[in-house]
Amino acid sequence: MSVFNQSRSGIIQIAFGLVFLIIIGQLVNLQVFSSKYKLAAENNAIYRKIIYPDRGIIYDRNGKSILENTIMYDLVVTPIECKGVDTLGLCDLMGIDTAEFKKRMKEISFRNGIVRPCVFEPLLSPEMYAKLNENMFKFPGFVLSERSARVYPFSAAANVLGYIAEVDTSFLRKHKDEGYENGDYAGITGLERSYEKILMGKRGVKRFIRDNKSRIQGPLENGVYDTAAVAGKNLHLSLDIELQKLGEKLMTNKVGSIVAINPKTGGVLCMVSAPTYDPNYLTGGQRRRHYGELALDPRLPLINRTVSTKYSPGSTFKTIVGIIGLTEGVINANTRIGCSGAYYGCGNGKPKCLDPGYFNFKEGIAHSCNTFFATVFKRILDQPRFPNADSGLKNFNTYASSFGLGRKLGVDVPSEKNGNLPISSYYRKIFGRNWNSCNIISNSIGQGEVQTTIVQLANVMATIANRGYYYTPHLVDSIEGGDTNGLLDSFKIKHVTRDVPDSVYTQVQDGMQAVMEFGTGAAAQVPGIVVCGKTGTVQNSAKVNGVMVKQKDHAFFGAFAPRDNPKIAIAIICENAGFGAESSAPIASLMIEKYLKDSVASPERKKRVEDLAKKNLIPPMMRLAMARMDSIKQAKLLLLQQQKMKEDEDTIEEEIKIDTTNEVVPKQIRSRSTKDSSKKAFTYNNAAILTDEKKYSFYRKPIKA
Amino acid sequence: MATAKNNKQISPGIDWVIVWVYATLVAIGILCIFMVEYKPGINILQSFLGGKTNYSKQLMFGSICVVMTLFILLADSKLFTAFANLMYSFGILLMLATFVIGKSINGSKSWIPLGGGFNLQPAELCKIFTSLALAKFLARQETDFSKLRSQIIGGCIALAPAFLSILQNETGLALVYFSFFIVMYREGLPPGLLIIGFSFGALVIATLVLEPNTLAIALTIIAGAVIYFTRRIRKRNKNLLATIIIIWAICVGIQRFAVPYIFNNVFQCYQSTRIFSMVGKDYDCSQNKSAMRRTADKEKAAKKPDDYNVRQSKIAIGSGGLIGRGFLKGTQTRGKYVPEQHTDFIFTSIGEAFGLAGSVCFLGLYLFLLLRIINTAEKQRSTFSRVYAYCVACIMFFHIVVNVCMTIGLFPIIGITLPFISYGGSSLLSFTMLLFILVRLDADRQMVLR
Repeated sequence: MSVFNQSRSGIIQIAFGLVFLIIIGQLVNLQVFSSKYKLAAENNAIYRKIIYPDRGIIYDRNGKSILENTIMYDLVVTPIECKGVDTLGLCDLMGIDTAEFKKRMKEISFRNGIVRPCVFEPLLSPEMYAKLNENMFKFPGFVLSERSARVYPFSAAANVLGYIAEVDTSFLRKHKDEGYENGDYAGITGLERSYEKILMGKRGVKRFIRDNKSRIQGPLENGVYDTAAVAGKNLHLSLDIELQKLGEKLMTNKVGSIVAINPKTGGVLCMVSAPTYDPNYLTGGQRRRHYGELALDPRLPLINRTVSTKYSPGSTFKTIVGIIGLTEGVINANTRIGCSGAYYGCGNGKPKCLDPGYFNFKEGIAHSCNTFFATVFKRILDQPRFPNADSGLKNFNTYASSFGLGRKLGVDVPSEKNGNLPISSYYRKIFGRNWNSCNIISNSIGQGEVQTTIVQLANVMATIANRGYYYTPHLVDSIEGGDTNGLLDSFKIKHVTRDVPDSVYTQVQDGMQAVMEFGTGAAAQVPGIVVCGKTGTVQNSAKVNGVMVKQKDHAFFGAFAPRDNPKIAIAIICENAGFGAESSAPIASLMIEKYLKDSVASPERKKRVEDLAKKNLIPPMMRLAMARMDSIKQAKLLLLQQQKMKEDEDTIEEEIKIDTTNEVVPKQIRSRSTKDSSKKAFTYNNAAILTDEKKYSFYRKPIKA
Repeated sequence: MATAKNNKQISPGIDWVIVWVYATLVAIGILCIFMVEYKPGINILQSFLGGKTNYSKQLMFGSICVVMTLFILLADSKLFTAFANLMYSFGILLMLATFVIGKSINGSKSWIPLGGGFNLQPAELCKIFTSLALAKFLARQETDFSKLRSQIIGGCIALAPAFLSILQNETGLALVYFSFFIVMYREGLPPGLLIIGFSFGALVIATLVLEPNTLAIALTIIAGAVIYFTRRIRKRNKNLLATIIIIWAICVGIQRFAVPYIFNNVFQCYQSTRIFSMVGKDYDCSQNKSAMRRTADKEKAAKKPDDYNVRQSKIAIGSGGLIGRGFLKGTQTRGKYVPEQHTDFIFTSIGEAFGLAGSVCFLGLYLFLLLRIINTAEKQRSTFSRVYAYCVACIMFFHIVVNVCMTIGLFPIIGITLPFISYGGSSLLSFTMLLFILVRLDADRQMVLR
């Protein structure tokens, strides 16, 4: 009957075809023209995991590794798999309470979701790892995951080597295009920072497929797009770790620094900044807490005093004044200048002179005669060929600058300060246009506006030892696998001082040798070695309660040895240590002996090491601040204790236990941070709140623990 | 065809092309499910035969289908005409039974538990029975489909199961039964009906897309233009003006009142949201009656459903690009980003793995099958076979189009499977029966069946 409807069959077929065409049109639109879906798919499903290479190892000059990698463990939890966890047992092992456990779990679930693994406790201590590892079967959902961490086998050279830490937002902003991401670690200070690019190696990327709950399903296309991680290059330092350790030991309980340089190469042999700390303190899981304690320590152990603290160089600067004077011809080796107890060339009897007499150049240096060098300095500036003091100072500064003073040397540890060689415009502001050499006469003995870092001072010693040239002091001797970035190029440039004749150096060295033989530096003599040195005693003052108060003098010592064929140039400062003969000079002597003879042999010298290490020269101001901090802590603890006692009489035993353990921790830190001082650790009275400054003398007394 | 010759003795006249296309599609389906469930590092043979994974279950359903096709092909084709009405009644009975012994799966109480973890969805089977019943009705000697009474009876036969399906809260399957109107169109249903239906659909979509006032103005302008252009005809036919004005009034009424009323009061909140999201708009559930009731009941706002499914489905298909990522390499598939990917969203796995090229080939295979069936239908001598063949083509067409459009965001999400591909025994078995009854009837096309 429906034959006449046959045409409708065609219509239906065409309709079918049209609908399919519409579908294909939409498919073309989705699959070919909309790139956003492809992108969305990648964001959905591809997880880029960065593979961190091992950081480079740092070796000292004898090939001992002083900074290497170790495996540490994180306790990682996947909340959804935590069924039947022995919570109490875990809390017991971890030393936390169940409330803390629940809090952390909640936080992790909230932050990271419940299906993805997340770090529950980072960087477990070895003991904790051992304890947990035995009991892991009790804690389903928890795993111990490996991670690479830095370790310092010698526990030394903290300020030189530096540490790594998680990068913060400002770091990320600064290094925008270098591929750092949140959660990455980067060198923050020391060599870890200056050689970050070399030590970090090249990071690899692995791409994984993840599912709708961000669980990893497997590598993307069997890893064809992955890039391998390339381990960081190793660094070989010129540093001698044994010398460094001795230096740190000698500087125990002192504030100051030591820099020793190999004059021939400019390689830094040791770089001690005291007080220092055990660098391993900033690697483990307690890093944050330890860092807080170090940062709050009034002795500022985190500062690298060798490069970032400027001092007036004191009498050590006289060597420079002498060299310039001899070169300029204002004096010669036989020029004698009399000193009656003070310098009257400017009419006001300043500076004073400790050792009255009538000195030639050699004796002037040996006795560190202020009058002698004030006279020389004035003569240099007031030479008739200079129209005014401006050009005289400029001439002086060109000489001084050629010794590496007044500017950054370019040492390869960060935050180097440039020191200060004051220029005439500075004085014009203060003294007016017609200032003269008398205005700045205290510069002649390194007491005025002249400031140097200890590295600069050591470099001056190296330059004198070399008779007129130096290489920029540097720690890194070579980079394994080649210095492709040219980081070490600047250390191969020979810097020559401004046309100083060789004979001048002979005379200065004569004087410096005389210092050791009959002058101020007799305490620095090393048996069997000709040492040239120069002491320095620098007056200084500090602000106490808003008033400048004169402090005990800084003790400087600069030296090099042996005189012919110098192998070590050294500069030392002990802050507020008084006269250098008791601290800096003997330390220099022991350091030189250790380096040149490989050990401090004789028992009498060994005893000296111990004696020096025991000597406590922490400036009273710092001790006061420490005592204050400590007493506040103690008082807080006491208050807490009392409060708890009132609240809960029953658990009192436990509370006290907790309190005492808390108390022990800072003590340990202190004893570790200042090397070998455990025997001399301070103990503080428990319950005192110190308000009166007089009381600090009570705490100052070291009591043997 | 060589194969055909070999099998001539067993079943002469069978259209082997359809059989092979069918076999290919089932195989593609199993591979797609395998693609969805694949995890690296498994023993493929073991997991295929183990019966634990969905693809191995689908393989099992496939073998059941082979047995069933044998039964159907060996059966007498007169059987189907004879039992058509009986089976239809049985189907309706089963659907009614779901209200009593039914089991609720995914929110629709349309399943009858068979025991052993298997469930039967009568609405799926009813498609076959309805096709047979409709064919039987139209093939009756006394039926004159040009008469309104026959048309209404035909419509009732088609829509009765749909009505029951809606009561079961299975809107998707109910819509399938509207595809019978295409069959009836072929058999003489006035095209006006389809045009009205189509216009209604267009009006509803326009209501959703356009601002109510804009649309009202547009409709008024169209009406005005029609009145202006028909001014000569109107002189001869006075009723035309009234008709135009009535149509205009109905359109505006639908647009202003009926559609918002339906969306707010008849549909569930999620249904309205899905339809709105298809045209790229947000639906405000706070206007929805049922949502409001639920809010009042639970004192808690109904969770706002989003278009996660469609978005992920579009991402998966879109990421396939021109030639796709390759078999088992689809990241979205492996990451299980697309929900229900082994059933309703199975097309996404093809789209991602084989891209535009693969999708077009795949759809081409479907279109080829559909056109082949229509071709077969036109070759039939008996009205019964022809109507039945059209029913098969239309049901499959509707399933394919709605399912694919759903995954590419051209149609709201309703639970409609992709024939032969989607995972599910009910769906595979019912489509196999549907197709092979046709193959059986076609084999006997020399006979005149009632």
